[in-house]
Amino acid sequence: MSARNIFARPARLSAIAPYLWMMLFFLVPFIFVLKISLSQTAIAQPPYLPVFDPTAGWEAIKAAFAALSLDNYRLLLSDDLYIFSYLRSLTVAAVSTSILLLIGYPVAYGMARLPRRWQAIAMMLVIIPFWTSFLIRIYAWINILQHDGLLNQILLALHLVSQPVVWLSTDGAMYLGIVYSYLPFMILPLYATLAKMEPALLEAASDLGASPRQAFWLVTFPLSLPGVGAGVLLCFIPIVGEFVIPDLLAGSDSLMIGQTLWLEFFTNRDWPVAAAVAVALLILLLVPLSLYDRLQRRQMERAR
Amino acid sequence: MAEDTAKIAEDLVSATPEPPVAAVAVTDLTEPAPPPTVAADMPLLRIETVVKKFGAFKAVDRLSLDIKAGEFFALLGPSGCGKTTLLRMLAGFETPDEGRILLGGKDVAQVLPHERPVNMMFQNYALFPHLNVRDNIAFGLKRAGMPRSEIRARVAEMAALVKLEGLEKRKPDQLSGGQRQRVALARSLARRPQVLLLDEPLAALDKKLRESTQLELMELQRRLGMTFIIVTHDQEEAMTMAGRIGVMDAGRLEQVATPRELYEAPTSRWIAEFIGDVNLLEGQVESREAGRLAISTREAGLVYVAEPRQPVAKTTVSVAIRPEKVKLSRRGPVSDAVNAHSINRLEGVVTEVSYLGGLTTYQVKLDTGATLRSSMANTARLDIDAYSPTQRVVAWFTPDDCVVLEQ
Repeated sequence: MSARNIFARPARLSAIAPYLWMMLFFLVPFIFVLKISLSQTAIAQPPYLPVFDPTAGWEAIKAAFAALSLDNYRLLLSDDLYIFSYLRSLTVAAVSTSILLLIGYPVAYGMARLPRRWQAIAMMLVIIPFWTSFLIRIYAWINILQHDGLLNQILLALHLVSQPVVWLSTDGAMYLGIVYSYLPFMILPLYATLAKMEPALLEAASDLGASPRQAFWLVTFPLSLPGVGAGVLLCFIPIVGEFVIPDLLAGSDSLMIGQTLWLEFFTNRDWPVAAAVAVALLILLLVPLSLYDRLQRRQMERAR
Repeated sequence: MAEDTAKIAEDLVSATPEPPVAAVAVTDLTEPAPPPTVAADMPLLRIETVVKKFGAFKAVDRLSLDIKAGEFFALLGPSGCGKTTLLRMLAGFETPDEGRILLGGKDVAQVLPHERPVNMMFQNYALFPHLNVRDNIAFGLKRAGMPRSEIRARVAEMAALVKLEGLEKRKPDQLSGGQRQRVALARSLARRPQVLLLDEPLAALDKKLRESTQLELMELQRRLGMTFIIVTHDQEEAMTMAGRIGVMDAGRLEQVATPRELYEAPTSRWIAEFIGDVNLLEGQVESREAGRLAISTREAGLVYVAEPRQPVAKTTVSVAIRPEKVKLSRRGPVSDAVNAHSINRLEGVVTEVSYLGGLTTYQVKLDTGATLRSSMANTARLDIDAYSPTQRVVAWFTPDDCVVLEQ
C-alpha cells in the first residue's frame, strides 16, 4: 500500500461524514414525513394508513404503495385556511425582515465604526441574550406586555394613558417578539461584511468628490449587499416557519403556517395533513434556501 | 504608441481652462509647464508651520514647505516620520492642528477632501471592487457632474494614457497588480487635479515592474505638466523620480534639496547616514589654510577637507566621505599630492570584501583604528584590480570629496 493511500482513506471518510449525517438526520426523517403526507388518517396506532410492514410479504407492500395518494395536497389547495396560513407566514416574514433590516443595518454600521476594543464589547452585547433561554425571554415579554404588565404600569404612572392598553395578543406584540429574537441574526452577517471593508475605499470615494452620503450609497451599501442578503435570508427563512412567537404573543384570529401545522398534528391528530403542510412549507422555502446557498458559495469563491 | 500618448497629453492640457501659454509649454517636453493659476512668485502649494498631533504625539511638527507648480516632489523618510500624515493633510483626510496649507493662494487646511482640487493615489490603490475599470475611472467624473459623452471620452483618454485599453470591463480582482496600479493612476488623474498625491504608489509592485513604472510616471508627469507629490520610504525611488526631495524625520523636514545635493551635500549626519552609505569620522578643527581645513580625527589621524562655503562655527565636527569616493590602491598616490595636502592617504588592512556585481565593497581597518568602507565599480570583467582580505592597502580620497558636518 502506498503512503498516499494511508492519508487518502481518512480524508475520504471525513468527506463522507457530513453526507452521512444529512442522510441519517435529514433525508430519512424527510422520507418518513413524505410518506405520511401521502397516507390517509386513521383511528389507529400510528394514526394513519397504510403502514408498511416488511414482514407481511411482497404483495402487502405493493398494496400499501397503491394506497398512497395526493389527497392531502389537494386538500391544502382547496381549503383556503392553508393558503391563508401560508400567505400570512410569508407576509409576517417579509414585514419582520424589512423591520429587522431597517434596525439591524444602522446598528451593524455603527458597530463596525467603533474603535476595535469597543467592537468586541458591542458584539458581546448582541450575543449575550442567547445565554438565556429563548422561551424565557419570550415569557419575559409577555410579562412586560400583559394587562397589568410593566409597560402598562409605567404608562399609567406617567399618566400617558388613563387605562391599560391591550398590547399582548396583537400583531404588534408578535412583530416585537420576532424582531427582538431575530435581530442578532441580522446584525451579525451585516457587521461581518461592514467590518472587513477597507476604510481607504471611503477615503478614495471622498477624494474623488463624493459627499459622505454619496460615498455610503455608492460604495458602502453596494459592498455590504452580500451581508444584507445573508441577513435577510437568515431571518426570512426561519420566520416563515415560526411557531412559538406567534403562538405566545399574537392573537388567535389568523394563524401562521407553523401554528396550523401544530393544530393539525396535536389537536386534530391528522398526521397526514400535518405532514403535507410541512412538505409544502419546505418546497415553498426551497427558493430562498437555494438563493442563500448560492450567495454562500459565491462568498466562498470570493474569499479564495 | 508614444505619439498617441503625447497627443493625449497635449489634449489634456489644452482642454483645461488655462492660459494658452501652458499648452504650448507642455508640448516642449524639456521644460515643465508654468504654474496654471498662481502668480509667478507664488508657489502652487505652500505649507506654513503646520502641526498635527495625535494625542501627545506630534506627527508633523511646525513644518513649512513650498512646492512649485509642475514639480515632481518626493517626501522621503523612515516609517513613522510623518510623511504620510503630511500627505493626508494635503488630501484633506487629516486636519492640521496649527498652520496653513495654501493651494493656489487659498487656505485649504479646513476644506473637506471631496471639495479639494487635489487627488490621491492610494497605497493599496483602494479600487472599488464592485465597479469595473471604466466605472472606477469615471467615479470622480460623475461626482463632478460631467456630461455622459464627455465622461466616456475622458475615460477612453485615461485608459489610453495608462495603456489599459481593452480592459475597461474588467473588475479589479480580474487584473494583475501592475494593471490595478494603472487603474488607480488613471482614476486619480481623470479629474485633472492641480496636485496629484501619490502614497507609496509602487510599493506593491515587484522590483522590475517598479523600475519601469518609475520611468513611466516621470514621463507622464512631464507630459501633463502636473504637480506630483509622492510619499515613499524608498530613497532610490525618490532619487530616480523626483526633482526635489524633502527628507523627513520625527515630523520635521531635515533637508529639502535635489537628489544630487542630498547625496553630495547633506546638511546633517542624520541625512548623510539616511541617504546612501557613508563613512563618518569625528574630530576637531585644527587649522585653516588655503581653502582647506585640517581636522584631527580620533581614529583616522589628520584629515584635510575642503572648506565649506558656510564657515564652520563649531570645533567638533564630523567628516563624511561616501564609500565610492574612497579609492584603494596597493601603493597609494604620488607623495607630492599628499605633501601638498591635496590628497588624504590612510593605510590599513582589508577585512571584508563583498562582490555585488556592478561594484565591490571593501572594509578597510585603518592602522589608526577607524574602519572605512570603499566601493569600487567593477569596470573590468577580470578581477585583476580586486583586493582580498588581510591585504595591506592604501585608502585615499581628496579634500573635495569630504563634507564637513556640524550636527
